[in-house]
Formats: sequence, structure tokens, C-alpha cells
Amino acid sequence: MSDISDRVKKIVVEHLGVDEEKVTENASFIDDLGADSLDTVELVMAFEEEFGIEIPDDAAETIQTFGDAVKFISGATA
Amino acid sequence: MFDLTGKTALITGASGGIGGAVASALHGAGAAVALSGTREAPLRELADRLGERAHVVTADLGDAAAVEALPRQAAEAMGSVDILVNNAGITRDNLFMRMSDEEWAQVIDVNLTSSFRLARGVLRGMMKARWGRIVTITSVVGTTGNPGQGNYAAAKAGLVGMSKSLAYEVASRGITVNCVAPGFIETAMTDKLNDEQKGRILTQIPAGKMGAPDDIAAAVLYLASPQAGYVTGATLHVNGGMAMI
Repeated sequence: MSDISDRVKKIVVEHLGVDEEKVTENASFIDDLGADSLDTVELVMAFEEEFGIEIPDDAAETIQTFGDAVKFISGATA
Repeated sequence: MFDLTGKTALITGASGGIGGAVASALHGAGAAVALSGTREAPLRELADRLGERAHVVTADLGDAAAVEALPRQAAEAMGSVDILVNNAGITRDNLFMRMSDEEWAQVIDVNLTSSFRLARGVLRGMMKARWGRIVTITSVVGTTGNPGQGNYAAAKAGLVGMSKSLAYEVASRGITVNCVAPGFIETAMTDKLNDEQKGRILTQIPAGKMGAPDDIAAAVLYLASPQAGYVTGATLHVNGGMAMI
């Protein structure tokens, strides 16, 4: 879990250019981390590649926060 | 002047007059090209003539699954798709009152919907590369209209709206989306016109002659080049002054 969390955090930090401490459980990509809608698509693409999973569009829409992403990916890779 | 060394381009309708000229121009500037069309023989002939860096990927653009697969096939052949040229197009001309649903749907599917699917298919790679060029061949009739071409004009005008919308979405990622709108160009499509029809058309063209496929290819080469990076959402009209818009 923490491994996934770290890897997700790294992608978010790199992609959005934000400080690591801002990437908290409830941090919303759009509202708190300055992502635009295209950034969220790119984040999902990056998660898919990093973890070798497919994230369908309807699932992608539910991934709003850092915590959502970690939870979804943990479930998908379990 | 325009150097595409190291870039990769997928060109649909490459067996046609304009598509072949576009492929030759991009290849001549150093790009690897994937030539797409329905018939393999003429594509193979062109690829052999171009030599290295030329690949053949056949696809029927009326077949949704084949369209979906095309960007992946091209990327497998070349390593990536940096430049997409949506050139393939068909006509099914008929007077509006006589036009069948099928004639309408075929032209919309091949000319408009396949371009949407192809653009969607190449975007992921372009977004990651932070560089991409999508150039779509439209037509002067998409702007002016043309009797007997309600379906074709609708598809061509639709491509312009599609391209502008996509241009908005991806401009910040280094991807440009533009159109080239040919007027009357000497191709197999216009060879079918008789002398009287051609004569009538020529009176409407200030340049006094039909264009050549190379005239279109040069416009595409420019829009595909690094130098055109600040041009997006535009339509470049290449029509000898036939419609100044």
C-alpha cells in the first residue's frame, strides 16, 4: 500500500509540479493541486503505465483525489 | 527549409493524388511515413519508390475496428506517430432530395468519423511526447457549399469544427491541429470532369488554372513542420483565389 502510495505521489508531484507535502489523502487534483481536466486524463494515463493496469473512463471519473487514486490502484493491482 | 528528420507521419488516402504528394513531401523532408489506404498495390508501389522510411498499413476507413487499429499499426511500424494527416475522403454526390441515408452515412463515416477516431487514437502518444501535428484535408466546399455535395460539404465543414475544438484542448501540450482546404486540384477525382465543366470552373479561379497535388502537399508540410508550432485551429485555403475566405 505504501509502495503504491509513494509511486502515485511521485507521478503527481512530477506531473503537476507541486510540493510533495501538498499531496495529501484528500487533496483534490483539480481543486487543490491545480490540475486542469486534461491533466487528470494524463495522470490516469501515467497511472495505467506505471502499474500496468487499465482504468476505464467511468472509473477514471471517480478518481478525484490522491486518496481515490491510491485506493483504486490498490484494488486493481491486488 | 522544413526538416522533419526523426519525425513519423501517418497519412490516410495515400494512394490518391493528394495523399501521395503529401506522403512524398513529408518523406522528402526526412520523416518516416506510414501509407494508409484500402488498396495495397498502389501503396506498395509508392513505398517502393520512396525507399527507406516508408511503410504500408492498409485499412478500410469505413470499418470502425480497422480505424481503431490503424494508429497502433502505424506506431508499431515507425515507433510513434508524431504527425497525422487525415486525407482520405470519398464522394457520393447526389441532389439533396435524392440523397439516400446510405450515401449520407458513408461520406460522414469515412470523411468525418474516421478522422475523429484516428485523431483520438494518436493523441496519447502526442501528449506524452509533448509534440504533435494533426493536419486534416478539408475542401473549399466545406465553406462555400456545393450543389450535389450536401453530405461531402457537411463532413468537410464538420472537420473544421472538430479540428478547432481539439486545437483548444491540446494546444498547451505542443500539439497543433489544422486544416488545409484545397480548391480544384488535378486528381483522379477531377479527371472525370469534361472540358466544358472544367472550362466553367476555370472562369471562377483567378489563378486561371487548377492546382496540383504538390500545392496541397506544400501546405501540409508547412503545418507539420516545427516552424508552424504557433499555428493552430487554422484552415489554410489553397485554391488559386477561387474563394477568398
